[in-house]
Amino acid sequence: MTLSAEVEVRLDGFHEEVALDVSDGEVVAVLGPNGAGKTTLLRALAGVRPLTGGRIVLDGLVLDDPVQGVLVPPDQRSCGLVFQEHLLFPHLDAQANVAFGPRRHGASKSEAAAVSRDWLERLDVADVAHQRPRRLSGGQSQRVALARALATGPRLLLLDEPMAALDVTQRSTVRRLLRDHVAESGTSCVLVTHDPLDATALSDTIVLVDAGRVIQRGTPAEVARRPASPWVARLLGVNLLQGRVRGPRFDLGAGLTLPGGGSPDGERWAVLAARSVTVTCDGADDGLTGGPVDGPVVGWSTRVVGVQPTGDRVLLGLEYPPGLTADVPPERPDGGRWTEGMPVWASIDPSDLDLYAPPTV
Amino acid sequence: MAASAPRVRRPPLLLLVPGVAAVGLLTVPLIALLARVSWSTLGSDLTSSVALDALRLSLVCSLAATGLSVVLGLPLAWLLARTEFRGKSVVRAITVLPLVLPPVVAGVALLLAFGRDGLLGRPLFDWFGIQFTFSTAGVVLAETFVAMPFLIVTVEAALQTTDIRFEEVAASLGAGRWATFRLVTAPMIWSSLIAGAALTWARALGEFGATITFAGDIEGRTQTLPLAVYLSLEGSERVAVALSLLLLVISFAVLVALRGRWLGALRR
Repeated sequence: MTLSAEVEVRLDGFHEEVALDVSDGEVVAVLGPNGAGKTTLLRALAGVRPLTGGRIVLDGLVLDDPVQGVLVPPDQRSCGLVFQEHLLFPHLDAQANVAFGPRRHGASKSEAAAVSRDWLERLDVADVAHQRPRRLSGGQSQRVALARALATGPRLLLLDEPMAALDVTQRSTVRRLLRDHVAESGTSCVLVTHDPLDATALSDTIVLVDAGRVIQRGTPAEVARRPASPWVARLLGVNLLQGRVRGPRFDLGAGLTLPGGGSPDGERWAVLAARSVTVTCDGADDGLTGGPVDGPVVGWSTRVVGVQPTGDRVLLGLEYPPGLTADVPPERPDGGRWTEGMPVWASIDPSDLDLYAPPTV
Repeated sequence: MAASAPRVRRPPLLLLVPGVAAVGLLTVPLIALLARVSWSTLGSDLTSSVALDALRLSLVCSLAATGLSVVLGLPLAWLLARTEFRGKSVVRAITVLPLVLPPVVAGVALLLAFGRDGLLGRPLFDWFGIQFTFSTAGVVLAETFVAMPFLIVTVEAALQTTDIRFEEVAASLGAGRWATFRLVTAPMIWSSLIAGAALTWARALGEFGATITFAGDIEGRTQTLPLAVYLSLEGSERVAVALSLLLLVISFAVLVALRGRWLGALRR
């Protein structure tokens, strides 16, 4: 089952143009901030938002083509939809929710009930089969919603932020369920999310969208290793070093240079994980580790401009290079606390850096 | 926090006095009505032939008008909430106009449309022998005209606030538009439909102006409870008061039922 879509939607000043290809059993994550056009894309694929340009082809069948005047209505597309809010029909119990699709596809009452029970069992929610949705927990609701979408054997599964309303433990469980059942059913799947973790954990391919345009596409590893823009790097939570290679040096400007690693001259970028930045207290006077470090490690003096606790770690914003963040233990090497404005010594091991030429836009 | 009890501050007199006066204005007539009820003869007053005829007719007509409002108003509410068409704002304005239109004007308008010489009334009478004026059907028509907006407004509001994605999910599961309406939309707005129908029924039951103007006042055929109240006021005030009490009790019951059950379900 393959989807080939060129989605073009214009509405009220918003213009979206996103091309998407999904092959058999592939999970493509569409990742981007709120308002990027992710949901519009999903609605276009589901057939509830007609295209204003482009075309959607699923398994060789044209679903939407405004030029040809073809528009297959949503009830004849065989697209399973799962939303963040589950959207289980409140007047039907879990089993009837799941049986809804099979019934619409011509199954008898008892056949549909049997299919429904089977799916509820597979997703481990058979015990709540006769509960109304408002009695279900978030995790149970999402399993029932997933069972409902899968029970019709959809050719394309469309997931809109399916994990956003769940707590952390439910999230990982539902993630695993999604991965298992999508792989098992061989259904092509488009997952829309603003959470990079969901995207990397679930998908074979990530498509990054912003303001209705594709910024980058690739496997999660490719995207994380070589983000196509500072925005992508920020979204994935990694530092992006932007500089220029001249001879043996990778010059980040304002006096900070790293080894060029044999990269040819020209503008170069490199990803630097926040955990790979080591921060120590700056100050020769208190006798702590400080000052230039020998060997392969490169260090420089800067200041803390932001302190953000993240559970058992702390994210430090550093003044230089601008926007650089370091993921450090909550306690300073000398036992004190990190405070804004304090001078520090930052160091990295540049031998890990993978320098690449920024994409030409 | 509990150290000092909050001192009750007296509201400004300019707000307090008119507010209390408003309560009085709304309450005194009801008290006067209750005070005048002749409790000993209440049973016989309510079971007199005039009263029973009026009661029966009122129930039949108001229920028929409510049914007609649901059959016609529910689809219109859906069209207003779920489709786009030219002139929609005009249609919506026309739908709610009877809420503010003087009922007697509605009666005159109905007369000009469905009367024996009316725009539609003449062909209906000439070709099919159907006559609305001075007929029970005319009462139903008048009550529907005046009361249907309550149903349309209530149901449309419910449709507007229902997440449209429920319907999109239903479509993705293979339900066409009619199946989606029948199996998902209608059950989801059920409580609002009931609330709207109750309001419609209460309004239809109390209808006076349009009914007497359009359908006239014929005992047993077009004389509903409000008409009977008004006309017995000249002959037997006691009967008028008894019938008024009956209508008051019904109105109050609708209010309590709406607040307690249906509107409560809406707020959930």
